[in-house]
Amino acid sequence: MSMDLAAALARVVGTRWVRARPVELVTFEADGLPTHSSQPRLAVIPGSRREVVEVVRMLHLAGIPFVARGAGTGLSGGALAGGDSVLIVLTRLDRILKVDPSRRRAVVEPGVVNARLTDAAAPFGLHYAPDPSSQTACTLGGNVAENAGGPHCLKYGVTTNHVAELEVVLPDGRLVRLGSPHGESWGPDLVGLFVGSEGMFGIALEITVHLAPIAPAVRTLLAAFPSVRRASEAVSGIIAAGIVPAAMEMMDQSCVRAVEASIYAAGYPTDAGAVLLVEVDGSPEAVGAEVELVEELLRRHGAAGIRCAVTPAERARLWQGRKKAFGAMGRIAPDLAVQDAVVPRSALPTVLDEVSAIGQRYGLTISNVFHAGDGNLHPNISFDRRDAALLARVHAANRDIMAACLAVGGSITGEHGVGSDKLEYMPDAFDAETLGAMRAVRRVFDPDERANPGKVIPLRACREWRRGAA
Amino acid sequence: MQPPVLERLRALLGPDAVTRDPAGLPRATPDSAEGVALTCRLAHDEGWRVRVEGHGSWVPGDAPADLVLCTRGLDRISSVSPADLVATVEAGVPMDALARRLAEDGMWLALDAPGRPERTVGSVVATATAGPLRAGFGPVRDHVLGCAVVTGDGRIVKPGGRVVKNVAGYDLTKLQVGGFGGFGILTEIHVRLRAVPRRDVTLVARGSRDALTLAGRDLLATGVTLAALELLSPTVAAEPDWVLAARALGTEAGVHADLDRIAAATGLGWATVPLERSHAFWDLIARAGAGATATVRLGVLQDGLDEALDLVTHELDEGLVWAGALHGGIRWAGSAEVSQFRALRRLAATREIPLTLERAPWALRQAVGHFGAYREGVGQLVGKLRETFDPAHRLVVALEGVE
Repeated sequence: MSMDLAAALARVVGTRWVRARPVELVTFEADGLPTHSSQPRLAVIPGSRREVVEVVRMLHLAGIPFVARGAGTGLSGGALAGGDSVLIVLTRLDRILKVDPSRRRAVVEPGVVNARLTDAAAPFGLHYAPDPSSQTACTLGGNVAENAGGPHCLKYGVTTNHVAELEVVLPDGRLVRLGSPHGESWGPDLVGLFVGSEGMFGIALEITVHLAPIAPAVRTLLAAFPSVRRASEAVSGIIAAGIVPAAMEMMDQSCVRAVEASIYAAGYPTDAGAVLLVEVDGSPEAVGAEVELVEELLRRHGAAGIRCAVTPAERARLWQGRKKAFGAMGRIAPDLAVQDAVVPRSALPTVLDEVSAIGQRYGLTISNVFHAGDGNLHPNISFDRRDAALLARVHAANRDIMAACLAVGGSITGEHGVGSDKLEYMPDAFDAETLGAMRAVRRVFDPDERANPGKVIPLRACREWRRGAA
Repeated sequence: MQPPVLERLRALLGPDAVTRDPAGLPRATPDSAEGVALTCRLAHDEGWRVRVEGHGSWVPGDAPADLVLCTRGLDRISSVSPADLVATVEAGVPMDALARRLAEDGMWLALDAPGRPERTVGSVVATATAGPLRAGFGPVRDHVLGCAVVTGDGRIVKPGGRVVKNVAGYDLTKLQVGGFGGFGILTEIHVRLRAVPRRDVTLVARGSRDALTLAGRDLLATGVTLAALELLSPTVAAEPDWVLAARALGTEAGVHADLDRIAAATGLGWATVPLERSHAFWDLIARAGAGATATVRLGVLQDGLDEALDLVTHELDEGLVWAGALHGGIRWAGSAEVSQFRALRRLAATREIPLTLERAPWALRQAVGHFGAYREGVGQLVGKLRETFDPAHRLVVALEGVE
């Protein structure tokens, strides 16, 4: 059957763009989440929007589930496809269809790499603001599916704040256009509903995004603190003072030491309990005034040493350590579980203490590098997946970390999505009625629940809602 | 024979929570989400049509219904967290009451919705009506972190949360923002706050519409970031000419620099509105259309403002008009016939400009719809979503596309 299907799909996309043999599918059996893997039934790599639509229609007629995948950099197992599903790989749809500087808009296909769009907009003094750490590899289609964030989302917002219009192929192969070039909806905000739906409402084929002006002045400060707690208090102090920096990123000592021992060394002080990167941007005058205020607040909250990077090269060096921190942690152990959760900023010190205690309880090395301004934690657990007992401890620690975040009114994910990884925590985050509503909404877009099956909503935990009229 | 609606509701919610509205309709004013849910469940089972009412200034009071569900009993500011810049408020809290409470802790909700200051938070969110501050702080959806909503059949759904970044589950909150109550009744809303800025300066310039629109384009090109840059018709501004009003927020040095840039980029004669009068100025701008019969908004980009303003003034009138001079968007308020709205919508659609009827008497709203005809395929999705959240269509809203 798979061979028949492969042949049918090959007629649409060409033989070389269908992968059916197990050895060819190894590449697609995992994304950036190291704890989960599964091989799809086969993978198809369409080369145009028309081919995607044809593939989706074909799968609809055959009743076959599918999973859309971009670059496979997701960290929640959202792009994993089980043995009954076809993986639709969108990396060949990589055309930037339009950059319109006067309207500050760009139109792209889903396989365009995030950083490429910013490169294309730069000659016009513009950039695409959401900047996930994987921005040199991750695709905008994946960003839309996951509602991706990034360090600079503190000031500029996450993906959903930057998407104006979408052309979407629904799981039954119908095309719909949501939103408008301005961003105002033609009807209810279906763009807002679609963004972050983790590939379960359809596939975005054409994405219209906002471009933002590149700030004329940028300063990046690096402050060393005796403890994560003191650094967290500084973060709250800056926000409470009415300053919204472009980014506020924190790394704990374990993370700093891993970075400084790696090829990404950025000159961070390895004796500090935590380092805080604060980036301020805007007009030169506003930046000058805000830097003064931020420095004063950092000192008031116990910063021992403050460095200010002015030139692009100095700034790039400070950011290099932060952006490459996940890679640097490869020095600690072969595998890294990059966790993602959010807490109210005021709870950061308490929860980080709790995360540290959880690490000790399970005998695990947990390094923290995170978006402190948003309260968006990334506790990273170093481990070796070949050690089953260790893997079990990683799962247990993850569960405890999620519980700690929920206990203070937080969320189980701030930017990585639920995917496969967080499915079990959804009933802790939402009641059965709300989960039921989510499932019912999913059925509006995908009555047969064939798009990215088994993700986000744990079906057993849902209260039953009636199916929408077909 | 069943007792009438009024008695059934009183038995459910208590005698004090059920009165009659001026037209004689039973009006239930529950003081909890559970009370709203009980009311909706009963209405669903009994086949009663429900009209939702906040302060009564935005949603039409003449929609055909068997009962009025008033959200003004949901009037608690449940929590305010200055350290997290987040608040949880019930849907019936008036915007001005919320602003006063937040100001006590040096915070504000950067939303200057049109209409009367006592409009409820739920009304602003349900209609997604943002004012001039949308230029600097985004549309209503950017301020809402989560909510609780009661569906037409009495279920309580709680999407989103109280943290500023959250991708757990589908973003059902977005469906509620600007859903006009078609997907349920908002009972509680979690909002993102900001610290009150150190400096807050308002400038105004007067001139022809063309000159001021052009100035907006020039300012956009400079990349200057302003909290608001709103083009106001003479009637809105109560001036003989069109007025361009700019608002700069931030640090002393930053605001000063912005003001210098505004002057240099436009060559207009700007006058500063004294600080003690600036809040009153923006309040007047917000409430200028409060007495009008109907309000529409158009999602037009800045480079299409001129043409879209021509359309609006030609098809409707040049009375009460507000336009976002930086990032576009037009709001018009006044009185016009169904045929005029339809004509405007048709012409706007050919230019890729969506038009939303924000406020109107029921007859007009029913004839024109909040959104008019949907794009191909969208109407079916909206219809199914509506059936999901209000299976028996008990909530009286003009959500379905018409024309």
